[in-house]
Amino acid sequence: MGSLFAYRDSSPSIKNILILDSEGKRVAVKYYSDDWPTNSAKLAFEKSLFAKTMKTNARIEAEVAMFDDNIVIYKFVQDLHFFVTGGDDENELVLATVLQGLFDAISLLLRNTVDRREVLENLDLILLCLDEIVDGGMILETDANLIVGKVASHNLDLDAPLSEQTITQAWATARDHLTKTLLK
Amino acid sequence: MAQPLVKKDDDRDDEADYSPFLGIEKGAVLQEARVFNDPQLDARRCSQVITKLLYLLNQGETFTKIEATEVFFAVTKLFQSRDIGLRRMVYLMIKELSPSADEVIIVTSSLMKDMNSKTDMYRANAIRVLCRITDGTLLTQIERYLKQAIVDKNPVVASAALVSGIHLLQTNPEIVKRWSNEVQEAVQSRAALVQFHALALLHQIRQNDRLAVSKLVTSLTRGTVRSPLAQCLLIRYTSQVIRESAGNTQTGDRPFYDYLEGCLRHKAEMVIFEAARAITELTGVTNRELTPAITVLQLFLSSSKPVLRFAAVRTLNKVAMTHPMAVTNCNIDMESLISDQNRSIATLAITTLLKTGNESSVDRLMKQITNFMSDIADEFKIVVVEAIRSLCLKFPLKYRSLMNFLSNILREEGGFDYKKAIVDSIVILIRDIPEAKESGLLHLCEFIEDCEFTYLSTQILHFLGIEGPKTSDPSKYIRYIYNRVHLENATVRASAVSTLAKFGAMVDSLKPRIFVLLRRCLFDSDDEVRDRATLYLNTLGGDGSVVETDKDVKEFLFGSLDVPLVNLETSLKNYEPSEEPFDINSVPKEIKSQPLAEKKAPGKKPTGLGAPPSGPVSTVDAYEKLLSSIPEFASFGKLFKSSAPVELTEAETEYAVNVVKHIFDSHVVFQYNCTNTIPEQLLEHVSVIVDASEAEEFSEVASKPLRSLPYDTPGQTFVAFEKPEAVPAVGKFSNMLRFIVKEVDPSTGEAEEDGVEDEYQLEDLEVVAADYMLKVPVSNFRNAWESMGPDCERVDEYGLGPRESLAEAVNAVINLLGMQPCEGTEVVASNSRSHACLLSGVYIGNVKVLVRLSFGIDSSKEVAMKLAVRSDDETVSDAIHEIVASG
Repeated sequence: MGSLFAYRDSSPSIKNILILDSEGKRVAVKYYSDDWPTNSAKLAFEKSLFAKTMKTNARIEAEVAMFDDNIVIYKFVQDLHFFVTGGDDENELVLATVLQGLFDAISLLLRNTVDRREVLENLDLILLCLDEIVDGGMILETDANLIVGKVASHNLDLDAPLSEQTITQAWATARDHLTKTLLK
Repeated sequence: MAQPLVKKDDDRDDEADYSPFLGIEKGAVLQEARVFNDPQLDARRCSQVITKLLYLLNQGETFTKIEATEVFFAVTKLFQSRDIGLRRMVYLMIKELSPSADEVIIVTSSLMKDMNSKTDMYRANAIRVLCRITDGTLLTQIERYLKQAIVDKNPVVASAALVSGIHLLQTNPEIVKRWSNEVQEAVQSRAALVQFHALALLHQIRQNDRLAVSKLVTSLTRGTVRSPLAQCLLIRYTSQVIRESAGNTQTGDRPFYDYLEGCLRHKAEMVIFEAARAITELTGVTNRELTPAITVLQLFLSSSKPVLRFAAVRTLNKVAMTHPMAVTNCNIDMESLISDQNRSIATLAITTLLKTGNESSVDRLMKQITNFMSDIADEFKIVVVEAIRSLCLKFPLKYRSLMNFLSNILREEGGFDYKKAIVDSIVILIRDIPEAKESGLLHLCEFIEDCEFTYLSTQILHFLGIEGPKTSDPSKYIRYIYNRVHLENATVRASAVSTLAKFGAMVDSLKPRIFVLLRRCLFDSDDEVRDRATLYLNTLGGDGSVVETDKDVKEFLFGSLDVPLVNLETSLKNYEPSEEPFDINSVPKEIKSQPLAEKKAPGKKPTGLGAPPSGPVSTVDAYEKLLSSIPEFASFGKLFKSSAPVELTEAETEYAVNVVKHIFDSHVVFQYNCTNTIPEQLLEHVSVIVDASEAEEFSEVASKPLRSLPYDTPGQTFVAFEKPEAVPAVGKFSNMLRFIVKEVDPSTGEAEEDGVEDEYQLEDLEVVAADYMLKVPVSNFRNAWESMGPDCERVDEYGLGPRESLAEAVNAVINLLGMQPCEGTEVVASNSRSHACLLSGVYIGNVKVLVRLSFGIDSSKEVAMKLAVRSDDETVSDAIHEIVASG
């Protein structure tokens, strides 16, 4: 509680964003704070956080928990568990907005097929997505459409030569197609 | 913590386990990275390889320095490709690799080119990458571009520059501060997030300029704020301004309150909540100000979103600590949250209700909680138990139902920490509510009938021994205690024997029965139990004669042990069986100075059973007792003050020595606490040779050497000085530790016959004016000040020269005077330019002193101070000024 002044004068900050699978294993994670200096500290945090939240039902609405003096907002989809962590003085709703932005952006990028396999197959997009949402703990963008616009801006590229552009587009179309067939 | 992972359906197909990274291996991926060097770059392939590398890093894999350098150089080749997707991955990769300074130079030109590219995505990302990896020198080169980028019409570029600025402010503040004009312009941006980022940066640049922050808030609260995030920021800055101006505008309406209240009607929940929370945290908030905030939080309580409910109940819970009445309106909504799926919300709701509940609602509440307790985790139960304990202390008349509740949950299943919390609570209630004593003790008795935790059983037995004999009918507890002797393990049996003996010693009428029971214990299978029974029977006169127990015997058997257990243990280990009996008086009473590797976790305050029933002996009392037990110092009179220990050696040296300065009216005693940290050495005839040539008014009168200082057992040696009576004499003393060192054979622990005389230089020690000042708080400074009157007031002004900060200057003066800060005035607001501080104390000769300090700091960090002193004696007032003037 001693840092009331510090928190009041600073902008909201994100300590980490985690995407874990249904066994608590990492799919994609991003840490912005020094609270967990080593990989083992990070893994321990993920493990206990996962154990604490796995039995809750966070599928329809995002859930919230106090954990090690942090506020964690989380949501589960298919076999994926999404977490956004902030300090215990943080405005919970700001954290929830970040989580929602991340989640919606990924849904858009993966055309609503959000599961572990799809996320891993498009890990490049997911990592870019994380990169566009938070920069070093500072919230960069929370509007899913704008995030997707930045991540998938390949197609808008005017600088690239025509031949390469078509390949990228073709690739996108192919993936699109594949996703649809898989959905059936 | 490690819960078994729930296995998903057994028949899940292998495909679900599929991963494009299955069997991925670092060495192979690093090999693959060679495609980066191909003359004909395959952009797609390269992207895939980078993704793999990023995947490895993400999984916690690390690259060696050489590997990282190789990958980095290979990645820099990819700037040749014009594929935008690949370029994005290159940016990511460079950030992840965080290259060293000489590597940064390689990519600088490529990134600078991208910064000036026509493609906005390139520009935004290149700025972020470059700012992440850059150092100060490079920053001056690109500063011009960054300033332009801040006001770029593309919001993505502007945001990238602004956010980078926020990060760079930590490392290169002087550069970023030059951008304030551009940042100021960006605050007016039409793009929502640009405004947010600009506002955050501008505030950080200006945060030490109170006036500028106030202006910023004034203009923005009247203007347009485009994004909820920016609005939240503005609310935070506004409450900062309110907080800092609080001192100046005591009367009338609070400035900016209307703005905060207006934010309660914002369309974004994030903003509503931020504003509501800001209002509840205003210093000295009135009920009228609170009401609208409580109303919106109440609406949130019934939201379908758990996050909203949680945020609201958490805030209301905090409000309930200070303004319980303001929250009572929400009680009905709160009660429905008791059954909330999210147990954090439910627990917060319950503890809030317990804080706001009135006497009449307690019973109903307890009924609801009973149902709730069965299905939450222990950690939440503990929170509830603690809340119930404070409720019970608030409404002592309700102790019956609360005590019943506690005893009920005590009987249910639960882990050790939970049970301990309950037992502690019952013990506290017994102590504080006399009416609750008998029923509470009986509940505890019932609990130990079936208690699986030895620790709790023995603690309760000990407590029964203290409280039981004082009750109206002590005999009813005997059965419970004696049952333990039959049914429990040896530890509990031994403890039960001691408790029985206490009843025997305190209640004469019970003696014959107790003796019968104790005699039965003489045949116990355990040594300790038998020994205790024998001891008690002999000392209490169990030979049949019923006599009143001797006071000395009571003191011997049940008095508190006034030496630290650790010291006793080491002394006992060192004791060699010989003709000479072990003398408990030879055990050092000084608590060993904390080892360096002190546990970080601040141990929980001892409550309940953990705390000694007599209350901890204050250090002053302990010192006084110690000093008066030394004949040489017994004539010095009453101890005025003992300083905190001052270290005279560096940490981790061969001999650790610290000193405590004991001030008497006309004497000063230095108590040197010495620890020998070398296992192979035994020190004898340890003394400190003090040179007082720089302390003219002091003359040495006595010295008490330490006979022997074995390894790791702290010991004390003393030196006493005479000084003029009631005069705050100051001076500097140099110290030399002198001793005879004997080699010890570590395998046998035996010391050699012959020792060598040796010396060890210690650091100097000073007696300063603050040593003659006792920190004594006053409850109401203003009243004390007024009643003291201006007769002996002395006021003067001092220049303190350039200081690091105002807080540092205030601290320095407080420490110099050694007085007690009053009313929290030792805390200086982070960016204030002036500060007032109130101090109180008692000066040697028992003169009460009050001090008012006013500080001011100017732009060149010069600090000026006005010092006003009031006391009953003008010479003392002058002396205080003397201290400051010479300090």
